Amino acid sequence: MAFDKRKIFNTAFFWGCRISTWGAILILGILIYHIVKQGYPWISENFITNFPSRFPHKAGLKSALAGSLWVISFTALIVVPLGVSTSIFLEEYAPRKRYMRWIQINISNLAGMPSIIYGLLGLAIFVRFFNLDRSIWAGALTLSLLVLPVIVIASQGAIRSVPQSIRDAGYALGARKWQVVFQQVIPAAMPGIMTGVILSTSRAIGETAPLIIIGALSYVAYLPEGPMDSFTVLPVQIYNWASRPQESFHGLAAAGIMVLLTILFIMNFIAVYIRQKFTKFKY
Amino acid sequence: MIAMAKSKALGTGIKLYLMACVSLTVVVSGSVIVLLGKESIEFFSQVPFFDFLFGSRWEPLLEPKSFGVLPLLSGTFLIVVGSISIALPFGLLIAIYLSEFASHRFRSIIKPALEILAGIPTVVYGYFALTFVTPILKSIWPETEVFNAASAFIVVGIMILPMVTSLSDDAFRALPSSLKEGAYALGATPLEVSIQVILPAASLRVWAAVILAISRAVGETMAVSIAAGANPKLTLNPLESIQTMTAYIVQVSMGDTPQGGVEYLTCFAVAGLLFVLTWSMNALGSHFIFAKGKN
Repeated sequence: MAFDKRKIFNTAFFWGCRISTWGAILILGILIYHIVKQGYPWISENFITNFPSRFPHKAGLKSALAGSLWVISFTALIVVPLGVSTSIFLEEYAPRKRYMRWIQINISNLAGMPSIIYGLLGLAIFVRFFNLDRSIWAGALTLSLLVLPVIVIASQGAIRSVPQSIRDAGYALGARKWQVVFQQVIPAAMPGIMTGVILSTSRAIGETAPLIIIGALSYVAYLPEGPMDSFTVLPVQIYNWASRPQESFHGLAAAGIMVLLTILFIMNFIAVYIRQKFTKFKY
Repeated sequence: MIAMAKSKALGTGIKLYLMACVSLTVVVSGSVIVLLGKESIEFFSQVPFFDFLFGSRWEPLLEPKSFGVLPLLSGTFLIVVGSISIALPFGLLIAIYLSEFASHRFRSIIKPALEILAGIPTVVYGYFALTFVTPILKSIWPETEVFNAASAFIVVGIMILPMVTSLSDDAFRALPSSLKEGAYALGATPLEVSIQVILPAASLRVWAAVILAISRAVGETMAVSIAAGANPKLTLNPLESIQTMTAYIVQVSMGDTPQGGVEYLTCFAVAGLLFVLTWSMNALGSHFIFAKGKN
């Protein structure tokens, strides 16, 4: 009889596990359903091509979309070379010393630092000290600092997955270290690095708090023409709409979220596609 | 010979450049510490340290000003306790399910789905809390305020759930399979194996997962700014509106606070506290993961 009791507990536990797992997926479904239900009526051509407005039915995302595009492009241009170089050093050149371990721990701590602190750092360094004001430069540089540790960690994983035999073969043919690294290892790790880069950058598209801190505006009725112009981005515009009391602005926020999630979904799809299609070495 | 020397010089140059990139990460942490330290010292030259840390009234923007950070801390505390008590049990159950029961195929579908949950921007969670969770709470408890801590910590719990799951799942799968097989061979049920063998054996890394998830909840900004309100008060009632440390910083940044004033400095003092909390938790968490990784 004692065995029966154990069996019952076990079955209950099994179902508890199952229900939790399906529950998490269900919540994802509810979240997306709720957003689409609220936002779909507001999606129209005008929504993409209009500037924000006090009147909900005239309001659109044009300046926020343009701002996000500017900021993300600059962020990627700044952070990708830096991040990939850092990971190359850590994986291929770093001496096996104690202080390298500290640098590694420091990077993973930076990856876990609240984004709002990056915002204050950007405010003090880029906005005030370098006098970049509330410009696209300031936003992109701030987001670069935020994304840097994430890109480093992702690229390290990709470089680490390249088999040692590739390096040994290079050395056996008399190649120098930099030739092995840049002509063999990096090309082999490229799909993994690309995937990491895209996923990390897509994180930056959804970041709101640091850009609010450095002063991304919530009402921008023009398109930025250069990197010194002030700007707004999609998530800041969504935050602005969501924090208004009127129902119709909530609808606009949901529509904005649909656009944001679509962009993120496409980027994730590309990242996964690259990983599936081009990876030669599995982790 | 010249070509070889050139090639060698190129190698050295590349190495120096890469080293410069690496040192940038140290510079970033260094400048955060210098910045927050410098501004906090200036703040504490105007406001006594103990008034800040143990004061129970936070009204830096209204006369008479008061700088007791406890209400903000209690707001953050409420969010953390609420979210982790959702994320921890469910996260562990899912991790056990994925590592013990689920087929490989099922796993390969569920894991990316959970990653989607983790990748959704926090502003979206804030919107979801405000327009979906709060109305539900209101229909159950009519006294729920429009902005309330409960809706915020529910969505923060959903947000950190994938983190708990994936870190614990990694921990469970890293265990030698002989450990589980031994227990199964003795006739243990999967429940007993999970509770009495797997969890204790992986406990260090499960703790790391919990600590890192808490640190993430402490630093969470947008969901709590949108859904939890801007009302710093010492309360543990989740149906009332509160304010967290992060939400306060956002509130000040949205307004036109003059630079250099004491209101402006409060941001950095609060951020300093936030930094100390999250940094020590992250260090502890990665230490736990690292310590186990060596075995």
